[in-house]
Amino acid sequence: MNAPEIAKILPPDTLLSRPFWEGCRQQELRLQHCADCHQFQFYPRIVCSHCDGSDLSWRKVTGKGRVASFTIVRRGISRAYEAPYIVALIDLDEGPRMMSSVVGTEPETVTIGDIVEVQFNQWGEDYLMPVFQKLEQI
Amino acid sequence: MANLGSTNKANKLSGKVAIVGVADTEVGVLPDRTPMELCVEAALKAIGDAGLKKSDIDGILTCNSMVQPLMYHAEAMAEYLQIFPRYCMAVGAGGGTTFTAIHHAASAIATGMADVIVISMADTMRSGLSREQALKVQASTGHPEFEQPYGPTVPAYYALIAQAHMAEFGTTQEQLAAIAVSTRQHAALNPAAQMRDLITVEDVLASRMIADPLHLLDCSLVSDGGSAIVMCSAERAADLPHDPVYILGAGEGHSHEHISAARSLTTSAAKEAGERAYNMSGLKPSDMDFAQLYDCFTPTVLVELEDLGFCAKGEGGAFVDSGALAPGGSLPVNTHGGLLSHSHPGNPGSMFALTESVWQLRHTAGERQIPNARHGLVHAQGGIMSSHTALVLSREVS
Ligand SMILES: [Zn+2]
Repeated sequence: MNAPEIAKILPPDTLLSRPFWEGCRQQELRLQHCADCHQFQFYPRIVCSHCDGSDLSWRKVTGKGRVASFTIVRRGISRAYEAPYIVALIDLDEGPRMMSSVVGTEPETVTIGDIVEVQFNQWGEDYLMPVFQKLEQI
Repeated sequence: MANLGSTNKANKLSGKVAIVGVADTEVGVLPDRTPMELCVEAALKAIGDAGLKKSDIDGILTCNSMVQPLMYHAEAMAEYLQIFPRYCMAVGAGGGTTFTAIHHAASAIATGMADVIVISMADTMRSGLSREQALKVQASTGHPEFEQPYGPTVPAYYALIAQAHMAEFGTTQEQLAAIAVSTRQHAALNPAAQMRDLITVEDVLASRMIADPLHLLDCSLVSDGGSAIVMCSAERAADLPHDPVYILGAGEGHSHEHISAARSLTTSAAKEAGERAYNMSGLKPSDMDFAQLYDCFTPTVLVELEDLGFCAKGEGGAFVDSGALAPGGSLPVNTHGGLLSHSHPGNPGSMFALTESVWQLRHTAGERQIPNARHGLVHAQGGIMSSHTALVLSREVS
């Protein structure tokens, strides 16, 4: 068993978002979609944050988006996170914004507005986390 | 359009309540003191400054300590001091706790819930946090499921705001650095400040990069310390020794908890907080002789200058370049040295901006006194630009 400060932080298991993490294990990004207003939302909720509707279902999305903002973390939160690494906000093509990372490139080459696509990185033993790669490089 | 609250004439709060006692403890590195001891020391000094006795206090507001968390923090302080209040509560709104507590205390006095309230806050973030607690504090601001796993640090969250502002408006690292420089110029005039050696823009840019574009000197201090104030009605204040400082306006704005769910990265709910506070006071940004703005990192000051109406959106960088924020400038900002240079003991941090404002408005701020200061704006925020409170303070009731 690793000491807490050298293990990566894992998402707590919640019943509501299990389909999201199950999708990640199958290499697909899923978002909740509202049958009433036809909009997507993230993070998962028991109601639609746009119209209060409750007829929500999980849909696979494109996994494409653009970098809304980012920072290069030079001093990592713990030894499990090897600096420098990127923390970014990604605006998905379907509308919602999510926090993630941009990987597979020198951090200094990332800029706001970059077009990115999702990929899935192993996080601990049981999780695959959605991270993003600049699309030109794929 | 947001409801911006009642206007000056209609509201029941403006000018009805005053700050009559203030005190800070020593700040910096205080390894021999517990948060509760600092809280008690600040409270007793503030009660003494008000010319009152412990037995005059019938209301207590505190904030919990991160180092020494207590289930019933305010009750614990009341018990320690053997005060038996009829209004007693620990408030929790992160860095915004301070002025949110003042807003509630003012309402409590105006509605008769309490007559004389002491608000005391302290923590020992510098000397008292274990490594495990420090890591927990770092992680605690993020969404546990959809933010924390990516390893964001507290500076990283604010760096996301800074980068967005730079991309949208052309703001520069030099302009952010200039905020740290002018804040240090104020601190140099304050014997109580933790960091008093003057710095330059070059010093800031040469300091270690923490999370691009934020350098070490763009980040606030980590400190031990405590601060307290005493509030009562304007009528009662007239009989007490010091010039009362009146609360003319108070306003809050709350837009999100997590930065990934913020309505905007570059416009914060400080805008609504400020509009509500100005509206209640009948005063406007240009009436302010100084502003104390929450400066956990330099970009927060830039966004707040814009959102609180001191310059147009996107022009914060140019406003900083004008020299307005420095001693002798058109809008001195954080005249005690702020969280960047005076001290930052966690959630109590902006209490020191409030005690400083009271000294400025009493005209007892010594070498750093702003000549003939009449009105001042104070602002604090908690979370990641999430929870905002603004207060308009004055030495006059109009
Ligand atoms: Zn909907």
